[in-house]
Parts: sequence; C-alpha cells; structure tokens
Amino acid sequence: MAYSNQVLDHYENPRNVGVLDKDDQNVGTGMVGAPACGDVMRLQIRVNNDGIIEEAKFKTYGCGSAIASSSLLTEWVMGKTLEEAAKIKNTELAEELALPPVKIHCSVLAESAIKAAIKDFQDKQANS
Amino acid sequence: MQLPIYLDYAATTPVDPRVADKMMEYLTPTGKFGNPASRSHSFGWEAEAAVEDAREQVATLINADPKDIVWTSGATEADNLAIKGAAHFYQKKGKHLITSKTEHKAVLDTCRQLEREGFEVTYLDPEPNGLIDLNKLSDAIRKDTILVSLMHVNNEIGVIADIAAIGELTRSKGVIFHVDAAQSTGKVAIDVENMQVDLISMSAHKTYGPKGIGALYVRRKPRVRIEAQLHGGGHERGMRSGTLATHQIVGMGEAFRLAKLEMVEENARLLKLRNQFWNGLKDLEEIYLNGDEEHRVSGNLNVSFAFVEGESLIMALKELAVSSGSACTSASLEPSYVLRAIGRPDELAHSSIRFSFGRFTTEEEIAYAIPLIRDKIAKLRALSPLWDMYKEGIDLNAIKWDSH
Repeated sequence: MAYSNQVLDHYENPRNVGVLDKDDQNVGTGMVGAPACGDVMRLQIRVNNDGIIEEAKFKTYGCGSAIASSSLLTEWVMGKTLEEAAKIKNTELAEELALPPVKIHCSVLAESAIKAAIKDFQDKQANS
Repeated sequence: MQLPIYLDYAATTPVDPRVADKMMEYLTPTGKFGNPASRSHSFGWEAEAAVEDAREQVATLINADPKDIVWTSGATEADNLAIKGAAHFYQKKGKHLITSKTEHKAVLDTCRQLEREGFEVTYLDPEPNGLIDLNKLSDAIRKDTILVSLMHVNNEIGVIADIAAIGELTRSKGVIFHVDAAQSTGKVAIDVENMQVDLISMSAHKTYGPKGIGALYVRRKPRVRIEAQLHGGGHERGMRSGTLATHQIVGMGEAFRLAKLEMVEENARLLKLRNQFWNGLKDLEEIYLNGDEEHRVSGNLNVSFAFVEGESLIMALKELAVSSGSACTSASLEPSYVLRAIGRPDELAHSSIRFSFGRFTTEEEIAYAIPLIRDKIAKLRALSPLWDMYKEGIDLNAIKWDSH
C-alpha cells in the first residue's frame, strides 16, 4: 500500500513522542485499542489552570497510519481548551493525512484517545 | 548492492537469466513459436518436442514418469484440478476430504467450494511447530475419506512436512494423497515413488521460472483419476484443455533442470545466509521464531518482534522487500491465519515478518539488513506503549483491553 506524504512525514518524524507522569493531578491519560487488534494508542495531556492543554505526548503500537494519526493529534490539541480538543473529529484527521478507507479506523482510535484522556483528567479533578 | 533488497523469495522469484534466454527462443518469428498441437508442419513439431523435453525435466525433479505431468497455469490451478478433480471423480466412493488449517488459500478455498457442493472436509490443527501429527491424521481418516491434501513446505513459516510418512499412511488406507509442492520444488528433494504421493501441484515462479505456468503430477501406476475442470480441445490427455504456452513451459523445464542440478549447493549457501541473519538478530529481546527450527527450508525465517506492529515495521524497513505473511493475504488487516493456527496469540501474529532468501541473495545484503532491522526495532519499541508496559513488568494479558 502506498502511503501519503503526510503519513510518511509523521511516521518518520513523529511529533511529541513521550510519557507524562500519569499520577500527576494535571495529567490526563487515554489508552485505547488492543494488542490483539494490532493497535494501541496512549495519549497524555497536561492541562494548566486555565483549562488549556499545554503539553501532549503519545506512544502508539500500530501501523504507520495509527502512528501518524496520534502524532498529528498531539499537534492539534496543544494550546486548545478541553472543550475545543473534544470537538476534534476523526474525519478531520483522516482528511489531513489522506488516509485510505481501510485506515479510517486509525483516526477513529485517535479521536477515542483524546476523549479518553480528557475524561481521565476530568475524573481526577472531580475526585480531588 | 542495490536497494531495496529483495527478501521475499517465498512470494515469487525472479526468472533466472539462463531460463529467460531459453524462453526467448520460443517467441519471435525467427524462433520456435509454433503451436505444439499443430501436427501438419515443422513449426508444430519443434514446439511439441520442446514441450516434451520440458515435461521430462519437470518429471525428473520429482522422479516421476513424464507421462504423468499435466501442464497448468500455476499451482493454484493445479490445486483446484487435483482436489476438485479427484473429489468429483471419486464421490461415489465417499465424500470426505482431509486437509489442514495452514494450507494455502488455493487449497482451503477449493475445499470450501467442495463443502458447498455437499462434500465434508476435516481441517486438521497443526502442532505448535507448524507440522501435522501423523496420529491425528490417521485418526481423522474414515471409511468415506477419499482424499488427503497437505502441503510439503508451508509458504509462511517454511516448515517441511514428512511427506513420505504421510504417503505411507494414506497408501495403506487406500486414500488418495495430494501434495501442494509450490514452495518445495528445488528446495527439498521430492521422489513420488519413495513418498507414495498420488497428486503433486507445482509452480514455476517459486523456482526461478516464469509466472503463469505450473504442473500437476497425476499418478498412473496405480492409476489415479481426476475429472477435468477445463474443457476444450482435449489437451493433456483430456485433463486440461487449452493451447500449451510453449515459452512458459520451456521456462519451467529449464528452471526445474537447474533446480535439480544446483539444489544441494544452493541449500548449503542459503543455510549459511540464514544462520548469518538469525545470529545477527536472535539476541534481541522478545523475538520469536515461528515454525519448527530444524524442519524448515533454508531460505525462510518467520519472526515475531513482540510489541512492534508488523505493518509499521515493514514501512520502517523500506530498504528491504519483506512481507508480513503471504502476499495473497497481505492486503487484509487480519493477522496471519497460519500463525493463529499454530497457536501464536494475535498480538504476536500482528508482529510477524517473513524473510525469505534465494538464489540472488548475497552475504553483503544480509550484513546490511541486520543492523537496519535492529535499529528500526529499537526505534519502534521506543514508540510503543506496550514495550514501556513490558519494561515496567506489567502483564499485558492481565489488562482488560477494549477490542474494537
């Protein structure tokens, strides 16, 4: 399968790879997917007191499109409010990366990852 | 050294230049382009002579009588002709067939079609090393079993079945034995007499011949009958009609002649390359060889690199032409059914790469590939959340994943 230049760029130079302290009160972690299905994404966000995502990190086990989807997502969410980040649609990611139909699920997974990270952060705030 | 490096010989091989030269003699106006079925002039006669020479060359590789060789368009057609042909001919005797879950799709889908026609098929589970337990095969044979179809060498994991032992069993039980030998010609010695095989499917393009040509061995003593699947001019003793593709057939003959001549030497060279390759990788943490280590062809290594997804690894190894299983299934997102059948968990099946070496693979290429693979594995593991968790000592099987 031929990959788009956008996927190749993110795959070869992934942005914001890394780990944030999951026990930090200001960090939300979203882990989605399953090893048996061939993709697992872990997306982490650090949210400041104004409710803005000031840092995002990811690690992904999966195909090139899954890695590119999560890499692009970290770029997009930084500087956004939680509300804005939650509005990112998988179709926007898929369009930006020119994903073929068989790879749309990678962008769906990325959308689930940011939603899961936001929820984790909000649950932490509510429990504190 | 040219990049990318071709390490996918199990998918197809290039035509050996010696074979291509020979084929060229049978195409153009100055060559021997006649129809081998033309009886009225020398164009036909010389084409026919070339076809018969090739028939003998193919027969010689498997120690068969040339009269028992039927030309087909490839191993897929040969599998179809053997299995459907025998099933249709012997259906009054019984309607039960036996095969295994790790066969090529050309066998599995043919069996599925026969099930739709009212036949019953037993799909044996291989052992974790990829091979069939003879006792389990013996137990599966019933009074109404007419055919056993098992491959000689598996296309994904390269394991070699003990065909002679299976042949002894099927012959003693009076069951016809078909072998898909697409991956074994020129790699493993085949002797239809010692092995007591009744039908053998062969392909030219896995053995440095051209694509689009293959053959089916059909035993005449004791006689095995098959019903034709293609009807027409009654070529190939009525078993497979269609004008013979002289240049393709000549190519297959020459390729098989060279295979017979060079097999022993070539196997020794390939084994050395494979050992060089495996020795350069095997100390990597969490890598697994798929399929039996001893009973496998010298040109195949199928390896799972845990916590790295196969497709992304293939993408990272863009200087190497490798595959994540068989070329026939790599368009799908499902992990290899062969690796699943030998009991590999899905996550390891998703992390597998098939490396296959061949006649034109060099030591220099292997030496280039090893550090490249090590580097990319390290890079992708640094990107993998599963690797982090493994390193933290978290049991991935204990986690409740949301399967999607």
